[in-house]
Amino acid sequence: MGGALIGVSAVLLHYSSGRIAGVSGIIRRLIVPSSDSKPELALAFIVGLIAAPFVWTAATGSAVVQSVSENLPLAAVAGLLVGFGAAFGGGCTSGHGVCGLSRLSKRSLVATIVFMSVAALTVFVSRHIIGGGA
Amino acid sequence: MSILLNLAAGLIFGLGLVISGMANPAKVLNFLDVTGSWDPSLAFVMLGAIAVTAMGFRLVLRRPKPLLEQSFQLPGQSSIDGPLVFGSAVFGFGWGLFGFCPGPAITSLGLAATSTLVFVPMMLIGIAAAAVIRKRLGS
Repeated sequence: MGGALIGVSAVLLHYSSGRIAGVSGIIRRLIVPSSDSKPELALAFIVGLIAAPFVWTAATGSAVVQSVSENLPLAAVAGLLVGFGAAFGGGCTSGHGVCGLSRLSKRSLVATIVFMSVAALTVFVSRHIIGGGA
Repeated sequence: MSILLNLAAGLIFGLGLVISGMANPAKVLNFLDVTGSWDPSLAFVMLGAIAVTAMGFRLVLRRPKPLLEQSFQLPGQSSIDGPLVFGSAVFGFGWGLFGFCPGPAITSLGLAATSTLVFVPMMLIGIAAAAVIRKRLGS
């Protein structure tokens, strides 16, 4: 159900604006604008993203369940890596993983395999090797 | 009109992240923890998203142009190059460390966990830095 909504959003964006619903790319269009980046549209998408949990809570009356690490230095390092890597590699989970794979893009297939494997390896090392199997 | 449709697309996308659990880093890390407390449900979320997008794109691209713009803006590159692999590896490392990718991190801003409020500005710095470096490299 959640996945289908993500797909509906990607199709809606492509149908109306002709653009790819890649979140890292949309952020880049806003903070590093170029002649055809349409930062105002990128901002509208981002406002929609931010509004989503409030709309969810207003509609259902239930809070969004979330458990986030409180390790702030880790958050800072991970944030920098995620932002840099996604923008340098030309996309993240949504751009490469959803839109790219849907278009049968070879680049996106390679990108998705690389980031999924590295992410899984990172979790393996941090939880089962460094973390002692926690 | 464009603004409203982009707003709606963002809202639907964010609701998808909230409903599926993608906006919950603990769940994402369990999805990535294949040898431990593996939670495969997010794989179905991704497959569902891809199935809907693949069918939808096929229909949309039969049209000569998008509803509100002059042309479709599809990524033109097709070569598998160093920046693609290096960037994706760096992204995967950060994703595995914390469990946030860009969409869920932005969607979580209003939930205002302190670490989210640290993560997002650093992510924006990372995106800007990568954009500047790629421009210098001419790609």
